[in-house]
Amino acid sequence: MAGMSTINKFAVQVDATIISNKRIGAYHQLILSVGEAVRNCRPGNFIAIQVGDETSRMVLRRAFAISRTSENSQFGGTVELIVAPHGSGSKWLCAQIEGSEVNVITPLGKAFGVPTEPANALLVGGGYGSAPLFGLADLLKSRGCKVDMVLGASNGNKIYAPMEGKRSVNSLKIFTEDGSMGESGRVTSQLANIIQERNIEIIYSCGPMAMLKAITEIASEHQVMHQASVEEAMACGIGICMTCVLPVKDESGAISMKRSCIDGPVMDGAAVCWDLVGKSTEVF
Amino acid sequence: MSNQLDLSTTLGNAWFPSPLFTASGCASSGKELAQFFPLKDIGAVVTKSVMNKPRHGRPTPRMAETPSGMLNSIGLQGPGIDAFLANDVPWLLAQGSRVIVSIAGETIDEYSVLARKVRSTPGISALEVNISCPNVENRGLVFATDCDTSARVIEGVRKVIGGEIPIIAKLTPDVTNIVDVARSVVNAGADGVALINTVLGMVINLDTMKPHLGGKTGGLSGPAIRPIAVRAIYQVHEALPDLPILGMGGVASGRDAFELILAGASGVSVGTASFGDPTALISIQNQLRELLAQRGFTSLKQAVGYAHR
Repeated sequence: MAGMSTINKFAVQVDATIISNKRIGAYHQLILSVGEAVRNCRPGNFIAIQVGDETSRMVLRRAFAISRTSENSQFGGTVELIVAPHGSGSKWLCAQIEGSEVNVITPLGKAFGVPTEPANALLVGGGYGSAPLFGLADLLKSRGCKVDMVLGASNGNKIYAPMEGKRSVNSLKIFTEDGSMGESGRVTSQLANIIQERNIEIIYSCGPMAMLKAITEIASEHQVMHQASVEEAMACGIGICMTCVLPVKDESGAISMKRSCIDGPVMDGAAVCWDLVGKSTEVF
Repeated sequence: MSNQLDLSTTLGNAWFPSPLFTASGCASSGKELAQFFPLKDIGAVVTKSVMNKPRHGRPTPRMAETPSGMLNSIGLQGPGIDAFLANDVPWLLAQGSRVIVSIAGETIDEYSVLARKVRSTPGISALEVNISCPNVENRGLVFATDCDTSARVIEGVRKVIGGEIPIIAKLTPDVTNIVDVARSVVNAGADGVALINTVLGMVINLDTMKPHLGGKTGGLSGPAIRPIAVRAIYQVHEALPDLPILGMGGVASGRDAFELILAGASGVSVGTASFGDPTALISIQNQLRELLAQRGFTSLKQAVGYAHR
């Protein structure tokens, strides 16, 4: 039992400079210089950022998925984040000008697992949940995988799909609930067909809980592996507060509350008991 | 000359090189924070209150950020005492960390069972008896809201712990007179008190128009409750000046820790501040050392309860 912990193994706390802050549709694209820490950032990892200034600082950090990384930009190691300014913390962050400093902790969380042999992968993103999928697409393509992508949102303004992000993607299908971009419908509308037509072997997803649950059901029917990046409210992001938990089954079928920050955010979709989220734990 | 300053402190017969501890429930069992600083560099790790059996805790949402604070509604999720003593305590001791084990029970008997197991585990510096967790189904089970039930829990633990390690009773500020509760646990055999647990609160979600937390109510922590902690510590130290107090409640800086010490705390736990900054304990410890030196203190002990002189 002795020895250093492996939890948060590569995490470092640094003051990062905001290199760029651009509005893209409903979101902000932020690029932060984080130095050497970038070398340990993998698709699926996240960053926890202190928000507010000296007098307005909020008690808790805000966690964001890392969308892409660059090890050798002119600013050294940088990470890119896609932020939806909807709460007080994310609004503050999106209002920061280029050159501002923010205190960050990264990389945190479990990254997406990459197949050891080339596979047909489908990446499914909801809203800004598409952000970490573009870095993942690059990685999968570099490992010889064929990568298809399906993105969805309530409207076209909430689809994040940058031109340069598409280069590693074989095909991209977009669904919006109001039909303002791509086809009308949800990411799951044609999922079963896509899985069969493209001979999909693994699905990677990131987005709202209801979407992840729906994908899990379709993936299970077709016996396709499914790695889902979950989003639960976190107080600390490093595993000490026990707030961001989800009910997860182990091999024996026993259910326990797992922390989405250190046992996730990437989890085996089939192991998460989506129907029990928010339910009393007495039923376990 | 602040490096010469003696920061060491005692709680009963337990000695600690620094008065800065983690707060139970805010550091899990230490492994998560070990990446950010060596655990032996602070006074002690106070582990998350553990029960006899493994426990899943409350449903989500378990957290709500509030002005200068947060509500939590975890409900004592944990591995159970046997797994905890077998895995977590040896790991902490191997790091050179001092360990204060916090226990929580649903019945008076459960506390005695837990204390017996802790007693047979070597290397533990002190026992925190959490009789004030707000996140239980029945407010009647918050032992620390009643002098008699508080005393009965501590009596049971005292019979098991013969004096090898200090017993620290963790109390709630959600009572009419916290001094009465402190007196009753001291009379029952507590060597010290931990002040304060979180304050019971609620947030209503304006989208759903229902209580936001899965457990409806939660414990309020963070800078919002610091004045309540200072008040409780001051009152108890005034009434029982020889009673060691482990203070906690919204400490986020060296000045906050200093304030609790002036009120009468011999040790200070840092909880919610670690959520926002995993190295908060180290910053606070350094700031406290500076502040004590600036005020002309040569040891921490000189400052304990100074506000009463």
